[in-house]
Amino acid sequence: MDLRYTPKQAAFRAEVRAWMQAHVPKQRLKSYDTREGFEEHRQWERVLNSGRFGMVTWPEAMGGRGADLIEWLIFEEEYYRAGAPGRVNQNGIFLLGPTLMEYGTAAQKARFLPRMAAGDEIWAQGWSEPGAGSDMAAIRTKAIRDGDHYVINGQKTWSTRAAFADWCFGLFRTDPESTRHHGMSFILLPLDTPGITRRPIPQLDGEPGFAELFFDDVRVPVENRLGDEGQGWSIAMATAGFERGLMLRSPARFQETAKRLVQLYRRHEARVAPGVRDQVLKAWMDAEAYALNTYMTASRLIAGGKIGQEASLNKIFWSELDRSMHETALSILGARGELLASGVDEAGEITRWLKGFLFSLAGPIYAGANEIQRNIIAERLLNLPR
Amino acid sequence: MNFAFTEDQLLFRDTVRDFLAAECGPAELRAAAAGTGRSAARWQKLADMGLTGLTVAEARGGLGLGLLDYVLIAEETGRVALPEPLIDQIGIAAPVLADFAARADVAAVLSGLAAGTCKVAAGHPDDPFVADAGEADFLLLGRDGVLHLVPRDRVVLTPETSVDPLRRIAAVDWAAGNETRLSGETGILDRFRDLGALAAAAQGLGLAQAMVDLAADYARTRQQFGKPIGTFQAVKHHLATVQVAIEFARAPVYKAAATQHPRDISHARIAVVDAAAAAARTAIQVFGAMGYTYEVDLHFFMKRAWALAGVWGDRHYHLDRLSRMVLSDDAAIGADGTFQDR
Ligand SMILES: Cc1cc2nc3c(=O)[nH]c(=O)nc-3n(C[C@H](O)[C@H](O)[C@H](O)COP(=O)(O)OP(=O)(O)OC[C@H]3O[C@@H](n4cnc5c(N)ncnc54)[C@H](O)[C@@H]3O)c2cc1C
Repeated sequence: MDLRYTPKQAAFRAEVRAWMQAHVPKQRLKSYDTREGFEEHRQWERVLNSGRFGMVTWPEAMGGRGADLIEWLIFEEEYYRAGAPGRVNQNGIFLLGPTLMEYGTAAQKARFLPRMAAGDEIWAQGWSEPGAGSDMAAIRTKAIRDGDHYVINGQKTWSTRAAFADWCFGLFRTDPESTRHHGMSFILLPLDTPGITRRPIPQLDGEPGFAELFFDDVRVPVENRLGDEGQGWSIAMATAGFERGLMLRSPARFQETAKRLVQLYRRHEARVAPGVRDQVLKAWMDAEAYALNTYMTASRLIAGGKIGQEASLNKIFWSELDRSMHETALSILGARGELLASGVDEAGEITRWLKGFLFSLAGPIYAGANEIQRNIIAERLLNLPR
Repeated sequence: MNFAFTEDQLLFRDTVRDFLAAECGPAELRAAAAGTGRSAARWQKLADMGLTGLTVAEARGGLGLGLLDYVLIAEETGRVALPEPLIDQIGIAAPVLADFAARADVAAVLSGLAAGTCKVAAGHPDDPFVADAGEADFLLLGRDGVLHLVPRDRVVLTPETSVDPLRRIAAVDWAAGNETRLSGETGILDRFRDLGALAAAAQGLGLAQAMVDLAADYARTRQQFGKPIGTFQAVKHHLATVQVAIEFARAPVYKAAATQHPRDISHARIAVVDAAAAAARTAIQVFGAMGYTYEVDLHFFMKRAWALAGVWGDRHYHLDRLSRMVLSDDAAIGADGTFQDR
């Protein structure tokens, strides 16, 4: 164990910090859940890519820097520290990217990864259906083979950013006779393919952050399948592992929220109840614990270990931490907490807490509801019977 | 940057885990609770394994290992609720005394600790009682900012009864003198307290995991409504919630062992106190009325956790100290603050 950064790591941090200082937009971008904001964020992805910061862990040939996970954490710390915009392509770079790296053919990697890193193709994910939420094995949307194409019919829902995204990856039933987790394949498709209808769904904040997708005889070339036919479930589980385990929510995000909470508390200390201090300290401790835990996981993975069921512990921890930090912030703000405005003044900060609070309520639901994660922990880590 | 234990450290931990599982199971705990509470035979075996000298320098007959090696061992002793005061000796007394090893009398005490022939009890002046003072040859005590090493025959002990049937505590009446004085260096008693807090935290991790494991075992076998109670989601979710709390107390404890920074120690301490309290209240619930009895082993672990929650700076002390460090103007908090020198 050595808790010091190497000179190379320190130099990398300095490089990222300087670059972010020079490039992070001074004005907060519009929400990426609006068309205009979506394109602003795409532009930011292009800027990031121009500094080869699109996805630092990827190989250089794919637009990355071949960085290891510790360097990735350093990058994330500097990214959040600089207050850089949210990653509009997180479904792509954090979830599909690692999945492609593991299961994609050389041709698929070359086709998809560089454009993903460049922000030229922004991805949505399509797992959920009206009848298949927590129970993902209940997926019914079919992709039936017809020569060198699949013909897709059915419906996906809650697909984040699908209102504006370019491509979608998801699970489709390629064996019409199959049930549950058998007979499904992992397929990638452009969202402008004829036969796809998108219906944006406004989220709690009123913006169309996700969409329903209707498929009506949508033809997709067979080479867009990732992995073997019928192997979709196990590939999707790997993607979900990346999502819960490491990539989706880097600790830096929560550490910066905890820092803002500390600052907010200090501004209002004189008028809030004494017990609030303990909630603020708990937020700081938990954000810190999440960072430490992630550094331990990263060190273990670098030494050749694998991510296992502990991904479920992570997902519960960060999502409940995020929610409680925002609840605490709103309780500190009191009557002003309802202020839904925009801007970067003090009112803008209130809006940020309020919007963050709304989004934090989704954390325990998406990426596998926390009840499901608790089932997984109980059954697979503690060996309780089904 | 590498936040991982070495293969050797983990292997040693596993060896100690197997040893303790064989030497200190529930039957042994019951025997200890019914008898004197301490086993000379087990102490000898701990000494034979080198554990009593784990953190004592090789020159004094110890293994010369550090707090990072020790923290994993402390966790294992918690896992079995070891009655003997191994952790107070190798995690508190030995590291404190090591700074004064140039003194012949202290060097002799350290050699005795390593050999298992000398015992040192440790008690912070803020705590009302000292554990295992009755059998000790020396007591490490503090008063007015000064640390003292006091021979047993210079103190008067008033034994008290702990909720933990395996803890031996006593109030200590003693007179400080020049001959007992070790050091009045600024902060010495804070360091003393911090080592105690780290010891309590590391043991608490093991205690909490032991409680969850006992409850999970029980939930696999106890049948109600025609099936194991572990199939019920309420039971599963209770236990999963505690497992999350334990998991996120672990890394802070390991970091605190690595840095020994007060901020890290207070964080680890609070996280473990909370996780262990949750483990206790959850485990007893899962056991039902069985958990409320002396017959089921759970109580040994709960009671140790409760007792350790208050000593070496209780939750209030550590929260208060933490608040001064986290809520100050120059606190290194935020995304790049985790491993910054402070
Ligand atoms: C902000 C957001 C973004 C999303 N983005 C995407 C996306 O990009 N792509 C995509 O495919 N999906 C996405 N989803 C959908 C998400 O994956 C599902 O919401 C999630 O899997 C839960 O499914 P559900 O909403 O149908 O809830 P349900 O499955 O109907 O669950 C409702 C409640 O019942 C509980 N429950 C269900 N089954 C059990 C059980 N066995 N034991 C105990 N409790 C149970 C759940 O925990 C939950 O509390 C997103 C959701 C949100 C909120």
